[in-house]
Amino acid sequence: MNDTTALYLAILLPLLGAVFIAALRNHPNLREAATLVTSVVLFANVCWLVASVANGATPRAANILPMPVSGLFLSLELEPLGAMFAAIASGLWIINSLYSIGYMRANKEKHQTRFYICFAIAIAAAMGIALSGDLITLFVFYEVLTLATYPLVAHKQTEEAKAGARTYLLILLSTSVFLLLFAIAWTYDVAGTVAFAQGGILDGRIENWLAPVLLACFAFGIGKAALLPVHLWLPAAMVAPTPVSALLHAVAVVKAGVFTMLKVGIYIFGIDFLEQTGASQWLAWLAGASILYASVRALAKDNLKARLAYSTVSQLSYVTLAMALATPLGALAGALQIAMHAFGKITLFMCAGAIYVASHRTQVSDLNGLARAMPITFAAFTVGALSIIGAPLLGGFWVKWEIIFAANTPEQLIFIIVMIASSMLSLAYFAPIIGRGFFLPPAQASGDATANAPKEAPLLCVLPPGISAIICIILFFQIDVLWRFLKPIFEAIP
Amino acid sequence: MFATILPAALLAQLPVLQVAIPLLAAPVCVLLGRGRWVHDFSLLVTAVVAITSLALLQLVLGGGDASYALGGFAPPWGIEYRIDPANAVILLLVSVSGFLVLLQSRTSIEAEIPKQKHPLFYTAFLLCLTGLLGVAATGDAFNAFVFLEISSLATYALVATGKSPRALTAAFRYLILGTIGASTFVIGIGLLYMATGTLNMSDLATRIPASPHHAVIQAAFALIIVGLGLKAAIFPLHFWLPNVYTFAPMVVTIFLAATATKVALYLLARFVFVIFEDASFAGMLLMPLALLAMFLASLAALQQGNVKRILAYSSIAQIGYMFFALALASTQAVAAAWLLMLTHALAKGGLFMAVAGIALQTGSSNLDDWKGIAKQMPWSAAVMVVCLLSLVGVPLTAGFVAKWSLLVAIFSTSGSIILVAVVAAASLLTLLYAGKILETIYLGTPDEQRATANLREAPLAMLVTAMLVAAMNIYFGLNGTVLSDLSNRAALALLSGF
Repeated sequence: MNDTTALYLAILLPLLGAVFIAALRNHPNLREAATLVTSVVLFANVCWLVASVANGATPRAANILPMPVSGLFLSLELEPLGAMFAAIASGLWIINSLYSIGYMRANKEKHQTRFYICFAIAIAAAMGIALSGDLITLFVFYEVLTLATYPLVAHKQTEEAKAGARTYLLILLSTSVFLLLFAIAWTYDVAGTVAFAQGGILDGRIENWLAPVLLACFAFGIGKAALLPVHLWLPAAMVAPTPVSALLHAVAVVKAGVFTMLKVGIYIFGIDFLEQTGASQWLAWLAGASILYASVRALAKDNLKARLAYSTVSQLSYVTLAMALATPLGALAGALQIAMHAFGKITLFMCAGAIYVASHRTQVSDLNGLARAMPITFAAFTVGALSIIGAPLLGGFWVKWEIIFAANTPEQLIFIIVMIASSMLSLAYFAPIIGRGFFLPPAQASGDATANAPKEAPLLCVLPPGISAIICIILFFQIDVLWRFLKPIFEAIP
Repeated sequence: MFATILPAALLAQLPVLQVAIPLLAAPVCVLLGRGRWVHDFSLLVTAVVAITSLALLQLVLGGGDASYALGGFAPPWGIEYRIDPANAVILLLVSVSGFLVLLQSRTSIEAEIPKQKHPLFYTAFLLCLTGLLGVAATGDAFNAFVFLEISSLATYALVATGKSPRALTAAFRYLILGTIGASTFVIGIGLLYMATGTLNMSDLATRIPASPHHAVIQAAFALIIVGLGLKAAIFPLHFWLPNVYTFAPMVVTIFLAATATKVALYLLARFVFVIFEDASFAGMLLMPLALLAMFLASLAALQQGNVKRILAYSSIAQIGYMFFALALASTQAVAAAWLLMLTHALAKGGLFMAVAGIALQTGSSNLDDWKGIAKQMPWSAAVMVVCLLSLVGVPLTAGFVAKWSLLVAIFSTSGSIILVAVVAAASLLTLLYAGKILETIYLGTPDEQRATANLREAPLAMLVTAMLVAAMNIYFGLNGTVLSDLSNRAALALLSGF
């Protein structure tokens, strides 16, 4: 097997998996086995690619499909950032699949075959985004990801689910069709290419005063990055079953957004170009505002998933902020945030789902004393929350650390304050959940308390968040591995 | 391919055969009577015509323009049929549409049109096809008028065969407006003849700059643009179209939606770029109208409750895009216009085919009656998904190819970011009405009567053809160079003298 084959396989394997899932629709056990086998094989395949990238190779597959107009082609090219994203998405797909099986069965959800098929297609699209070698290819997979996740959001087919899914589709499709495509066409017009290149392709090709305008088209066009004010789709998407919220709306979809943002910053504009022109200065301010605004909104939400959703909006803007600081160190911190937040937030969502499965509780105010009944779930939740807050001994700590370093110039000191304020706010919105669970007495049940007494959710709902919580801890100690892997993105980093 | 199979003598006749075959076949339909043969015969005729136009396209792409002197009278005195890549593509579009529509529609024709009218229906259909092909093929301005009238008269008759009594008023209104359009067109041609003494298009192109009658020519230009604009349903001359599409029999709607307005648009482009060689005036006139069409017609589409009407207004909006591209008047932009025509024919043709199937089974084309229909008719619904995505311009569908070309063309031609932004914003509206249809047919809850009714998928022939068209939408989205190469050749041919 060579690198190019592995690139193709990364996209084709989940699609093949979807075919198998469809074929085995009448055999639920075999169907779920198809999902699991596919995810494991995919992860192995991605690991192969990651190893290859770590050795300094750049797997490439150019000119796959001809695109219209003067020799544009779909092309794939894997660099460290994409390799990391692919590894996270495919690795977490295994854990999340285990969890999906437990969750969907425990809740007796309908349309499970459709669910798994769409899930596999969404993963294929996420792989395509991670592997794409130019903006057009990225755009194609970006749209596929939106369309494939729409049925997942509307899964319950209630009026509420349909309304949420409508908002989801409308915001994501309209921003991308309107602004992102426009920005890509503009880039193509001025630069004559849309391929990602080290150091960017726009330097000297666009007038300095237009650079911030183009960046704005990208920043708002990439709706999946959930920047204020296009973030509204993310809370709307929370009507989806929790496994969808966990993998797609904490990892694959939203990370595809901020990943695109980083790719545009690093490989289209170029960090140096952004720094020289100050084109991203306004974006840093907006991202900072997004962080604080969404954190405050999270504080006010009583619904657990809604609170997590706003927390995600806030955390995603870390990546945008880190990129907009326009220093190599900042951009790398953004890349770290993609990884750290992925593990932290998926843990939290899976715990929220486990709580729902075990007790059918969705509101924060109903969680009193639940930790006594569900100790493992709440322990995992605590670890995930602390990682998001940025506490030492957990992976999330390094992100804050690096961003604070990157912002350590007189003009950007304000963003250090934003970082610290955000940590405080996230502590404020997570602490009540943990505190209620562990320390408050359980609410007096009106009926027969013992019959409905909640206990730990099924193993398949508890084990996956446990694993991802442990990874959050490992990431703290193994940070230099990740750092060394990402460093080649910039030649200048010592 | 065809050049090697067909004898040279036949190759030379292709331009006229293209038009003559359906013209001669049309009266045969009357003779064939009411039996089932009349459908098979018409289908065969359209198949032959489609193959002819494919051969013609290959001939033209390989070896330069094909010219045919009708009756042996040499141009510019005699009538000339002149095929270059620009109209060869249109000929292919029209003839293939004609074939696919008939292939699809046997069941819906039997359901919608009384048996005793069948021979006349097929006669009118073939005459309509003849007219459209003739307009595209001819190199003679007056001959173009004649064919335009043949196709129009046939269309009035076709529309009037619709089941609803309102089909008659729709046909009548179209007749009045169409006649007005044809009259202004023919007056314009008369003025041109007066000023230059010729009717041959390429001859006109050389004589117009030398003519001293500048004002007359200006007047002719204006009259011709209005006449053809009415036929092409450019805003605000579009108001005949929604009722025609809604009340005509489905088979007619599919065919008209895929072809009729495009032929008028082609002829208009030919007049603007080849004969008058003056795009600045047309651009100034057409650009604002095109923008209005994009926005207002899309907004109107959002208000409609009948699927056919939604799609009809959508057509008016899409025609706006095509005019917008033409108004930019660069090679790239005209190529984008041709791409838009081709991909819109694919998307709208496929959509109306799926609509025909669903309307046939449910007996209604109101969106409210289609709630959750995807469960009972999954394949028809899937066709609608693909074609609507293509209409919106989602990547991996043919529509995206056209849309990307349009965006890049606007950038490189006008350099105006604002113009691109406006066009991109207009396309959001497409998303809205497409989303409205999709959500209803997939996520709507059917009322009880429908839910329990034993609804089956559309008849196999309808379904397979519609799926074929949907597959073409995807194929040309994956392999975008096929269509964009054709469109580039067409644009180069039109603008060569420009």
